[in-house]
Amino acid sequence: MDETKKTSRRAFLRGSAAVAAGSVAGTAAANGPDPLITELQDWASYTGAGVDETPYGLPIRFEQHVVRRNVEWLTASPISSINFTPIHALDGTITPQGCAFERHHSGAIELAKEDYRLMINGLVDRPLVFTYEDIERFPRENHVYFCECAANTGMEWAGAQLNGAQFTHGMIHNMEYTGVPLRTLLNEAGLGSAGELSDKWVYVEGADASSNGRSIPMEKALDDVLVAFKANGEALRMEHGYPVRLVVPGWEGNMWVKWLRRIEVVDRAVESREETSKYTDVYEDGTARKWTWVMDAKSVITSPSPQMPIPHGAGPLVISGLAWSGHGKITRVDVSKDGGITWQTARLGRQGEAKALTRFYLDTEWDGVPMLLQSRAIDETGYVQPTKAQLREKRGENAVYHNNCIQTWFVNAEGIAENVEVS
Amino acid sequence: MSKSPNLLLPALGFAALAVGVAYGVSTRNYKAEEAALAQLQAERAAEQAAAKAAEVSALEAQIAQVQEVAREEVRLAALSGGTLSEPAPEREGTFGLGREAHPQEIAAWDVDVLPDGRGLPEGSGDVWTGEEVFVDQCAACHGDFAEGVDNWPVLAGGFDTLADEDPVKTVGSYWPYLSTVFDYVHRSMPFGAAGTLTADETYAITAYILYSNDLVDDDFVLSHENFAEVEMYNADGFVVDDRDATEYAEWRAEPCMEDCKDEVEVTMRSVFLVETPPEGGSNSVMNPARDIALPSFTAAGPSFIPEATPQPVETAILATAPAEPEPDQGDALVATGEKLFRQCSTCHEVGPGARNKSGPHLNGLFGRVMGSVDGFRYSGGFETAMEEGKVWDEAELAAFLADPKGYMSGTRMSFRGLKTDEDQAAIAAYLSAASE
Ligand code: HEC
Ligand code: HEC
Repeated sequence: MDETKKTSRRAFLRGSAAVAAGSVAGTAAANGPDPLITELQDWASYTGAGVDETPYGLPIRFEQHVVRRNVEWLTASPISSINFTPIHALDGTITPQGCAFERHHSGAIELAKEDYRLMINGLVDRPLVFTYEDIERFPRENHVYFCECAANTGMEWAGAQLNGAQFTHGMIHNMEYTGVPLRTLLNEAGLGSAGELSDKWVYVEGADASSNGRSIPMEKALDDVLVAFKANGEALRMEHGYPVRLVVPGWEGNMWVKWLRRIEVVDRAVESREETSKYTDVYEDGTARKWTWVMDAKSVITSPSPQMPIPHGAGPLVISGLAWSGHGKITRVDVSKDGGITWQTARLGRQGEAKALTRFYLDTEWDGVPMLLQSRAIDETGYVQPTKAQLREKRGENAVYHNNCIQTWFVNAEGIAENVEVS
Repeated sequence: MSKSPNLLLPALGFAALAVGVAYGVSTRNYKAEEAALAQLQAERAAEQAAAKAAEVSALEAQIAQVQEVAREEVRLAALSGGTLSEPAPEREGTFGLGREAHPQEIAAWDVDVLPDGRGLPEGSGDVWTGEEVFVDQCAACHGDFAEGVDNWPVLAGGFDTLADEDPVKTVGSYWPYLSTVFDYVHRSMPFGAAGTLTADETYAITAYILYSNDLVDDDFVLSHENFAEVEMYNADGFVVDDRDATEYAEWRAEPCMEDCKDEVEVTMRSVFLVETPPEGGSNSVMNPARDIALPSFTAAGPSFIPEATPQPVETAILATAPAEPEPDQGDALVATGEKLFRQCSTCHEVGPGARNKSGPHLNGLFGRVMGSVDGFRYSGGFETAMEEGKVWDEAELAAFLADPKGYMSGTRMSFRGLKTDEDQAAIAAYLSAASE
């Protein structure tokens, strides 16, 4: 056991030295043959790890820097705080649960399935209580959706602040959820006594100490909201609301109540703390906009980016990023290398899915000259992601939430990227 | 699926009606010719019915075909990476799952308060009682006057700052509804002991917060009866989402692709670089390169090539050597204690570099004089204990944690404590291990 570890570490150090000598190592036969190929390597000789070494596997240790990180001074206590998905280091679109950003208002709680209860009350025909088992007996659906905190990119309103896509855009994740349509549960309790539904709301509330509660208009509640119990095929992680959370496609993350314990049908918005004091946008003249639930179209280049410099110099370069819209599918993403003077349409890794992350690529040749990299998302409603100047013109600089501006990275001749703001 | 029977029903109904009418007519007529006529009518009706039936089956086939096409579309969309996932079936009736909620259960959980005051419990509280409870239970984090301590939320003041560069959003300056204050405090505060305030205490605290914001006088008593009369400063400060009109209308246009600007300049560089300290986590430092000039851009490219941006070593590109395996703590008790300490960590730190938060750091607790951490402002009880030279040991800690307020009356530690012997032993084991 110990011996394997040591030998593989030796091999690892040797391997990384070869890489450090230059990315040419793989091609430059001029320096002589590559010992990684000509010499018998430990891993090609000794046996590797047996099955069951890790009954639930973690990423290999070479990837241990790909983790959630927080910025301590942003909040008073890690119990009521946020951290960021390492989007710079991921590809494709699905976010593994283990590195998907967390936002808690009173910490993540351990709530066992046996102790789980979900109540539906208020203007319903029969107030009901469900156990976890009950929830799994309703017909369920599978959907991939992004969940973005309304405060994602919030720091950047005032100017270029944090250096890294993880920190500027990492309050987002994208998972495949399995759950029961909220509509099904509401029908089970009966909406007959609610009368006219168009002016009704559901108030949803979590079981943790913050008792996070949000009001959702009935139209949305009956549309695509899910009461989810699985993400990416497995049970929700504790930090994502095990055993049951709400999924509110395309709408701000705070509404995706975790540890969902109660659904109340009401005849007006509750105006809870999270929909008045927080998650409302203050404009230049001091008035604020409320009920700004939909997350507008947005995109960011994840590589190159400050945490992902270009390691290889001039030549073929893959510029890659993520795009999403709370209004539906992403239909197009454009990329600019000169700060928005000229744009090229990028290739979508897979066709856009409604209210889910879409990966884009621009496969290009880099001439080694500095770039001002930007991306601009367009969704199926024809909405074009605005510049920071356009957003500020409408909202000023104090809005905090819902910043979906075009992001700029300055990339220097060494391939190192930095968060900047441009004219 | 559920659509087809609905569509067919009226058609079938019509055919059945035609046969029925014809039959009824035929039985009521005696005269032969009339009978013959009836016969004819019946035959015609039967013909009609047959024609209708044929129509119906044609319709049925058509529907089946449409459905088949739709299914195929769903399948193709799914194959091409589309978003259509097949919807779960729905029922006319219910599934009969779940059970009726008990009125007491609803009363226990349904405590939210609506802006018009619906949902308020009966009760009342005055400003002075509110101040006492606030100083006792809230001030450690929010300040004696709700002005906020460190990074904790500010609850008072900030009037007329909403249009400033840095608006101060407090209950007084920003919150539109009083119901939100009562509801939030009642359910979610104090942080770390949510749900423990009585209705009267919550009325009193709410009155005190109003008083701190100059919204009421010091003799004010708040109750469920006069709740609706209080006017909030920013009641009219909100508009409902109007992006549709103000933004979408403008931003749904084909964007420029070429020569969109003449020149682009870098107007600001990132203020903070986020680095990863060796002990893990992240740390942000000021960007040291902010004064280096960066080029402007035109369609021809950058105006010059600047020197390299100095960067702190970025862990993302250097695979760090794996950490040595942690020494086996070997002690399940310590591990349990570590978990329990999460409840304390809102307010206390322990271990290397531990600082005072809203509670004092807990390094070297056993053998330490009570109330003796430098720079921490203790309540009177702990100050007296320090003067008396009382020292922390496991037994004292257990007694304190079993009932914080009972052990030290007037303590500012608003925490319900740890009730069981096992938990007390585990936390003691962890505190000893962690401060080594
Ligand atoms: C241990 C520290 C602590 C204590 C003690 C505490 N609070 Fe808080 N309070 C917080 C934190 C942290 C938040 C923000 C929580 C979040 O992120 O959702 C908060 C939020 C609030 C808010 C909302 C502020 C806003 O602007 O949205 C109010 C009101 C409040 N607390 C009142 C109280 C009252 C009243 C008490 C005493 C009964 C109390 N708090 C005790 C830490 C504390
Ligand atoms: C909500 C915040 C909060 C929580 C949670 C909390 N404490 Fe405290 N603690 C305090 C404050 C504030 C004081 C100072 C008390 C005073 O001055 O009256 C304190 C004091 C103490 C002291 C006395 C320290 C000294 O220097 O004399 C000990 C010991 C202690 N806490 C242990 C714990 C432990 C163990 C836990 C968790 C099981 C815990 N506390 C949870 C806020 C808290």
